[in-house]
Amino acid sequence: MILEALSYTFMQKALVAGIAVGIICSFMGTFLVLRRYSLFGDGIAHVAFGGISVGLFLGIFPLWTAFVVSILGGLGLQKLRQSTKISGDAAVAVVLSSGFAVGVILVSASGGFSIDLFSFLFGSILLISNEDVIMILAISSGVIGTLVVLQKQFLHLTFNEEQAKLGGLRTTLLNYAFVILASITVVTSFRLVGMLLISALVVIPNITAMMFGMGFKKTVLVSMAISVSSVISGILVSYSLNVAPSGTIVLIAVAILMTTLALKSTGILRKVDIKTPSKISHNS
Amino acid sequence: MSVTPVLSVKDLTINYDNFPAVDNISFDVQEGDCLGIVGPNGAGKTTLFRAILGLQSFSGNMKLFGYENPKYSSIIPLIGYVPQKVTFEPNFPATVYDVVSMGIISEKRIVQGAKLIQECGCCWNRVYQSIKKNEDKVTQALHTVGLESLRNRRIGELSGGELQRVFIAKALVKDPLLLILDEPVASVDVESQTKFYNVIKTINEQNKITIIWSSHDLDAISKYANRVACMNKKLFFHGEKEKFFSDKELLKTYTESSMQMHMHDHNHDMH
Repeated sequence: MILEALSYTFMQKALVAGIAVGIICSFMGTFLVLRRYSLFGDGIAHVAFGGISVGLFLGIFPLWTAFVVSILGGLGLQKLRQSTKISGDAAVAVVLSSGFAVGVILVSASGGFSIDLFSFLFGSILLISNEDVIMILAISSGVIGTLVVLQKQFLHLTFNEEQAKLGGLRTTLLNYAFVILASITVVTSFRLVGMLLISALVVIPNITAMMFGMGFKKTVLVSMAISVSSVISGILVSYSLNVAPSGTIVLIAVAILMTTLALKSTGILRKVDIKTPSKISHNS
Repeated sequence: MSVTPVLSVKDLTINYDNFPAVDNISFDVQEGDCLGIVGPNGAGKTTLFRAILGLQSFSGNMKLFGYENPKYSSIIPLIGYVPQKVTFEPNFPATVYDVVSMGIISEKRIVQGAKLIQECGCCWNRVYQSIKKNEDKVTQALHTVGLESLRNRRIGELSGGELQRVFIAKALVKDPLLLILDEPVASVDVESQTKFYNVIKTINEQNKITIIWSSHDLDAISKYANRVACMNKKLFFHGEKEKFFSDKELLKTYTESSMQMHMHDHNHDMH
């Protein structure tokens, strides 16, 4: 069954693109989760929906408009958090609903939902073209390369922004670079899980990996392994059961999370505090 | 020949909503000093440190190695700073090694800083100058604070005392021109305090690093500092520690004001 599935070109393309997306989502997601930007993916995905609607409305390739609008939305979100007293989650809610509202208006003005729009909402990894695969691979390489180069700076920024600034890092520039990279990652991932499930792919592999209580590099690698294995098994299972790959991928990631939680509660995994309500400080 | 002070503070005033947090203070810190700053809670010690580090606006004048802005700002990354509190996620996936290596700064910045220090005729004792690999610098910094064995331990699993020393190592790994420690042993057990103070002594005496640290612990100040500054918004004393500890009137005033602040805090907590 698996060999049969792998013999189809559309499955091969789906797996190649899916693995690339799985890697960038988990790598970027590590920083997003640690910076308490877990819902950033959701916010940007909703803004990108507005961008896709603009593209469909104007007859431009919708992913390009989605990239532009989501990057602008991400930068706007960052500005809103920095220059006002609006809290992070409230800022996400403002940007999320604004972007989505623009999308809904444009969709209704252009005569309702099309197949294209549904594929962006729920993902359509099995239908991607050669050009899509090339684009996903090229963008993913760019995102991974940039993250590898900037990972030390991003880690310092994530750990403590003020200390990073005192260490001479250009934190404002880094923050903008971070938001742009995150926006690109989210839009690139649309084809795999769709905008409604993107947060799951960003968050779940990372919170699972963090339960293993390892250092940064190992945590990123474990998160990537969880993400990629969820994508591969999700695509194969969805093929054999004839169900939507996006939902299957997310449910497999959730199953890995639950299994890890169960192993932790039985003491098989190292004792690590998974979730405590507040941050800790070094002299408390 | 006059020697350029490491830090020169002149007529420094910092207001919060028109109330002075720091009121017109002036003092110099000389190369090799270990200056202990004492003062009750709310005396403005942290605010003073934040101003030195460029994190707080102020009126007055401050010079680092004789330089004002913009050169002042370019030297700030060469200052090692351990704040009173560093908050982080309890399950942050970083080891002791990861955190200490965050302190490493670029060679370009170090070379620029060294040039400025040379131009002002000061000395920068770069302990790690001969160490080329960043990994070896981290190892050396961990050795100085006695935490080599914990290099792969996740930071969320460390005790308060161990964390203090990790942040000292993070500050040391950049070969700091000046080390600023804001109440470094608050809420740390006595054994860890002793280890910590021994590290401070080594850094100051063997590595020749100029240190400014704030504390409520007069015993520690008397043992480990060579100069003392006593402040409560205003600067009441700045000079040799022997002079401070021999001035009974000053000690009495400091102890009384500290007790009043302590009682105030206690009553506030009760309510």
